[in-house]
Amino acid sequence: MYRYDSYDQSIVDARVEEFRDQTQRRLAGALTEDQFKPLRLMNGLYLQLHAYMLRVAIPYGTLSGTQMRKLGEIAGKYDKGYAHFTTRQNLQYNWIKLADAPDILAELATVEMHAIQTSGNCIRNISSDQYAGVSADEVADPRPWAELLRQWSSFHPEFTYLPRKFKIAVIASDDDRAAMRLHDIGLKLVERDGVVGAEVYAGGGMGRTPMVAPLIRDFVAEDEIISYLEACLRVYNRYGRRDNKYKARIKILVHEIGVEEYKRQVEEEFAHMRTLGLNPPVEELARIRAFFAPPAYETDLSDTIDRSDRAFALWLDRQVAAHKAPGYAIVNISLKPIDGIPGDASAEQMALVADLAESYSFDELRVTHAQNLVLPHVQKADLFAIWQKLVAAGLAEANLDLITDIIACPGLDYCALANARSIPLAQKIAARFADAERQADLGELKLKISGCINACGHHHAGHIGILGVDRRGVENFQLLLGGSGAEDASLGQITGPGFSEDGVVDAIEKVTDIYLAERTDGERFLDTYRRIGMTPFKEAIYG
Amino acid sequence: MKILTGNDLASGDVIWWAGDGWSRQVGDAADVGAQGDELARAEEAALRVVGAYVIDATITDDGVRPAHIKDRIRALGPTVRPDLTLKPNDADAGNWVI
Repeated sequence: MYRYDSYDQSIVDARVEEFRDQTQRRLAGALTEDQFKPLRLMNGLYLQLHAYMLRVAIPYGTLSGTQMRKLGEIAGKYDKGYAHFTTRQNLQYNWIKLADAPDILAELATVEMHAIQTSGNCIRNISSDQYAGVSADEVADPRPWAELLRQWSSFHPEFTYLPRKFKIAVIASDDDRAAMRLHDIGLKLVERDGVVGAEVYAGGGMGRTPMVAPLIRDFVAEDEIISYLEACLRVYNRYGRRDNKYKARIKILVHEIGVEEYKRQVEEEFAHMRTLGLNPPVEELARIRAFFAPPAYETDLSDTIDRSDRAFALWLDRQVAAHKAPGYAIVNISLKPIDGIPGDASAEQMALVADLAESYSFDELRVTHAQNLVLPHVQKADLFAIWQKLVAAGLAEANLDLITDIIACPGLDYCALANARSIPLAQKIAARFADAERQADLGELKLKISGCINACGHHHAGHIGILGVDRRGVENFQLLLGGSGAEDASLGQITGPGFSEDGVVDAIEKVTDIYLAERTDGERFLDTYRRIGMTPFKEAIYG
Repeated sequence: MKILTGNDLASGDVIWWAGDGWSRQVGDAADVGAQGDELARAEEAALRVVGAYVIDATITDDGVRPAHIKDRIRALGPTVRPDLTLKPNDADAGNWVI
């Protein structure tokens, strides 16, 4: 894992003290809310429905056990004993007191964490593949690239006030586990003639105008990626629609001027930028990469696992993924218990996961954009012991990528922007489909719920997506089918008129019935939908 | 009726103008008539509230009921965490917001 150098630590510490002063001035009346609001937002502090909410950055979703333990301690000490993992691999505390916020940031700084650039029209937390560094099919570990971009984008003076927020993802496998093409910029690492570089996609995103990012360059070498992204951002910063908040994302610019014209302008800018000496020296790239060297895996480990416990075997088959090192496995920890809240974890659960990371996973864990956790380096011989501890903590649900592994934004239960509640609906759907055999029979089925058009719950990218809307003060839910945030990225299509909360659960059941009736061997829900189209599903729902 | 709500500046708690001060209980909310905006400005200047705004509400058998579901959820707390609402012992309290 990357560790702060003295420069990283000093700027984070300085930012904490700056915010402490700003907060004191606000509480003393020296700053109005209009003056203070942009300052607190720059430090991840929002005012939500019930209280202040603090969003903490988890760079590319990687955490140490120490960091996770600290996050849990803060949940217990300053919040109400829990926190929420988000679809940007971040963490949110829901019940923060303003006066406590500087102390929380100071505690985060002791474990090399912060909340900087988790809000505002700047480059947000860089997201990545939760299997980075351990997936057998990746061309390189994407995290050194993500870390380089984190350093480049942190406090970047030219990109502090962009037309709108800006999200970047980096992956390195053909399997896209980070919704890369639904980002403002997505990088996919590829190898050409023995050199690792990046395919660059620009202009993707969800929100009220969802778009899948087109490819704008098929190869940029590592030692020029900063110049190239500077060029991408410069063109956006210059021509992005600052006149209209709803048309200010880069996707609108790319769409309005066209992919070819955007590419042309970026190339022109890139030709200029690459002469300015902005790219980091090779030594710095090597320094960053060294932090992500594989841990000291033991050799000659057995791959044999005792599957005699049926519940363990079910969990094993669903939650454990192949690791590139013999004798090791990747453990996915579900934060989607059937009667729980998607993405929520208690302080005690966070402490347990920290312990597991330290004891079994080279002190490392990951947060996924699907609001789950990952232990990336686990010896297969330890899987049963880990499972037993997860069972005791209520963290052993075996539903990865199944219909109850629901992405849900906080919705109207917490969020000031939301129009409808996401979480109660997620719970009703999970209850309806709770039967393990039924879920397994349905197979991979990614269901995603957003409580408003801002799409924090990624509803556009759900095989089944749900968008909560406000219909004259009453919650109403639109149903979408056919979206994907994976390597086969696509945008879901609305089925038709919306439903009540109970009505949309019934509609989903009808949709899954059609899938079961129409699927051919090996077809996922998404495959069947793409083959037979919307009509049979609409007829079942509305007919 | 018109009632005034916002968040306590220091704690962030949801609060309701009760006529002579702020209350955590929506049932204490007072009708502010046409004075809400002026009251909001004064209370914000006095550092007692942040993000104050006027909403419509009605008086029902259960007391003051904000007109919009968002404000009813603000009044109660998150419906998915009954233990964290203002009615922690009422498992069905969430139905009040619908």
